[in-house]
Amino acid sequence: MEQFAALIDALVYTRSRNEKLRLIGEYLRATPDPDRGWALAALSDGLDFPAVKSSTIRTILKERVDPVLWTLSRDFVGDTAETASLLWPQPEDAPSPPSVSETVGLLQGMTRKSVLTELPELLDRLDVSGRYALLKLATGAMRIGISARLAKVAFADAFDVPVEEVEEYWHGLAPPYPELFSWGAEGAAPPDMAGIPLFKPFMLAHPLEDLVVSLDDYVAEWKWDGIRVQLVHAGGETRLFSRGGDDISHTFPEMLPALDFPAILDGELLVQGATQGGEAGGAASFNALQQRLGRKTVSKKMLAESPAFVRVYDVLSLDGENLREKPWSERRAVLEQLMARLPAHRFDLSAIVEARDFEHLAQIREGARNDAIEGLMLKRRDSPYVPGRRTGLWYKWKRDPLLIDCVLMYAQRGSGKRSSFYSDYTFGCWDGDPDQGADLLPVGKAYSGFTDAELKKIDRHVRQNTVNRFGPVRETDRSLVFEVAFDSVHTSKRHKSGLAMRFPRIHRIRWDKPPHEADRIAALQALVRD
Amino acid sequence: MTAPFSWIQPHPHGIHVLPADAWIDPSRAVDRALVTHGHADHARGGHGTTYATPETLAIMELRYRTGAEDDAGTIPHKAVPVQYGESIRLAGDVTATYVPAGHVLGSAQILLEHAGERIVVTGDYKRRPDPTCPPFEVTPCDIFITEATFGLPVFSHPPIAGEIGKLTERLAAHPEACVAVGAYALGKAQRVIAELRAAGHRDPIYLHGAMEKMCRLYEDHGVDLGELRLVSDYSKDDMRGHIVVCPPSALNDRWSRRLPDPITAMASGWMRVRQRARQRNVELPLVISDHADWGELTDTIREVNPQETWITHGREEALLRWCQLHQRPARALAMVGYEDEDD
Repeated sequence: MEQFAALIDALVYTRSRNEKLRLIGEYLRATPDPDRGWALAALSDGLDFPAVKSSTIRTILKERVDPVLWTLSRDFVGDTAETASLLWPQPEDAPSPPSVSETVGLLQGMTRKSVLTELPELLDRLDVSGRYALLKLATGAMRIGISARLAKVAFADAFDVPVEEVEEYWHGLAPPYPELFSWGAEGAAPPDMAGIPLFKPFMLAHPLEDLVVSLDDYVAEWKWDGIRVQLVHAGGETRLFSRGGDDISHTFPEMLPALDFPAILDGELLVQGATQGGEAGGAASFNALQQRLGRKTVSKKMLAESPAFVRVYDVLSLDGENLREKPWSERRAVLEQLMARLPAHRFDLSAIVEARDFEHLAQIREGARNDAIEGLMLKRRDSPYVPGRRTGLWYKWKRDPLLIDCVLMYAQRGSGKRSSFYSDYTFGCWDGDPDQGADLLPVGKAYSGFTDAELKKIDRHVRQNTVNRFGPVRETDRSLVFEVAFDSVHTSKRHKSGLAMRFPRIHRIRWDKPPHEADRIAALQALVRD
Repeated sequence: MTAPFSWIQPHPHGIHVLPADAWIDPSRAVDRALVTHGHADHARGGHGTTYATPETLAIMELRYRTGAEDDAGTIPHKAVPVQYGESIRLAGDVTATYVPAGHVLGSAQILLEHAGERIVVTGDYKRRPDPTCPPFEVTPCDIFITEATFGLPVFSHPPIAGEIGKLTERLAAHPEACVAVGAYALGKAQRVIAELRAAGHRDPIYLHGAMEKMCRLYEDHGVDLGELRLVSDYSKDDMRGHIVVCPPSALNDRWSRRLPDPITAMASGWMRVRQRARQRNVELPLVISDHADWGELTDTIREVNPQETWITHGREEALLRWCQLHQRPARALAMVGYEDEDD
């Protein structure tokens, strides 16, 4: 555990990507199995110990530290695991740190009850860095600036194997990945993945920005506002995966029998309706889909009222043949043929948007807002299907965001890199004429869209214009206007204003604008497309 | 007879000693100022008469003459030096005694006595040994007015030897680079250099220009800092394998481009919190503070054992809570302008 803790510490303080890769690579080469496999799983957020939650740590700490001092400390540090590692009373005995695999074994064996005595015993065996590493590992979210992708690249670099192959095998293997290490580190045969419905990493798009492309080279499709999914059938089984590779089959069980031959399809999961693109569009708003997300079980009523379907974008393999190296145009031809084999109430084909030229396409995109569609996708006709974002192959061309002027009402301290800065902002619009005594109603919350320098300036504004404090939240004197950008706005029963924004972010900080000139709720209501 | 302790009144901009009409560490110009130490947030310029240790007066004169750190004022009109252990009589039958605080060169606690009552104002202080100044002395009193910069139980400053060891080990592992240590120009920089010398580091240490005069002042007061060189006088190659000391603000500034592949270090009590170090892009955090940590703050209150504890600045809510849990009467003074983000 000492080496793992030292690695975590080094990674926390390292900015350079190459240096991070070097540090992880060095660790993976120097550490025996199965420790290194568990460490790799931890770095790629692949571990989950149901008995240990952030709230477990709080409970354990509050038995040992005054709850008020705990809360003040946690607010200042901005990270539960780190606060606990610092506050833990240093045991009198010298540390006797367990190995990573012993730690994982102990964590796996803990129940919600036993964790309250067993986790403290483990903490007593470690020093402050070890405690930090343990708690990060146990709660399953490292948040130390290492993505799952970076961990895989580090593995590939460490053992000089192609990262594409690592990606291929990754999703079929479980920690501590013995097959992966015997292949990568010891030169054994690659893991056998045949007959398992495996997730393949998605091909993603760059924003188009100000680029102009020729429609001779690129084809346009609508960018539908649902969730990107991959439907895989292999070995007689069908699984549905989300963008991050999570298996969400149980959330949309109606989709599973709909694909009954070996294939991998890439598409947009939507709920049937008539909001996006009108009657012809066939899809309800994202709001409707949201009701079905994140559920472990689905009621019959929900299946009947909000049936799902997949609008297919691409086909990655069919009847055992890998199509990913083929150009998009060939895959599209296969896909068009294939549609006849799929049930029409669960699948339809993502239509090609026909346009004379790029300018014409831009005009068509202008209309996307009224059709409540997110925007356009541009795909190179000869592009193979490659994981991740490859420059020049696919672009997303979202419609321009909506903008509205709001007044800052509350600010909350951030966590992680932004701990101790007031970085999460709740803002409101006037529910009438502010000069006639109208009040502000909160309409949204944003924590992005500003630079670090702007964050410091807003933080100072918050501290100097506080009228009330509620723990980590400060209420301000409502003197600062934000121009807020957002993709769309929907009615919502959860908010007092009756409105919920999609993807709100700070577009500009209007230091110059008097708050009574900010927008009214009515202006926001006029933009609703439910 | 007046109410107990009514002769001393805290205000947001300083502590007022009424019978003497004198202020302790006032943040604006007053007729009579009692100054605990030379940091800009405690030692403003422009007072009528300033009472401070000779070292603190020298620091104030250097700062306000050069205007390098602070433009808040000018040289004091009249300076009255007070030695450690010396008592001076002020108007209104008030006696002030200056006692070492162990914070930086010249730093003092001020013991005030009037009508049989004793009040100690710590200014900033620490309990750890520091080769650049005499150690804090516990002074019994009725009211103890303390700082609380690191007044949260997460703050526990490790022994300095280990932190200096991290610095020299990193340097040894990267002979082609240099380690740039961000350190507060008054106190921290000189303490880090003196501790490096005490640990046997004999190589020249390179200085940012803003630190030179303060280091010379320390040397003039008998603190040996070994061979110091100015970064501006040397080339990149000269500095490879060496330590460079600069103000924290210079670490992410264009200035640092003149250094050979610098590893960014920072010597500060805040470095105890990982995310704080990350926010400042620090690669080598050194937990070195000139303030008392949580243990020192609470131990000191126990040892001094005052009737009442007043807290000037810092994380006062937590220290107040601790006093409450230990049945010690306490209050927070909500002083403005004292904050040491760079310590």
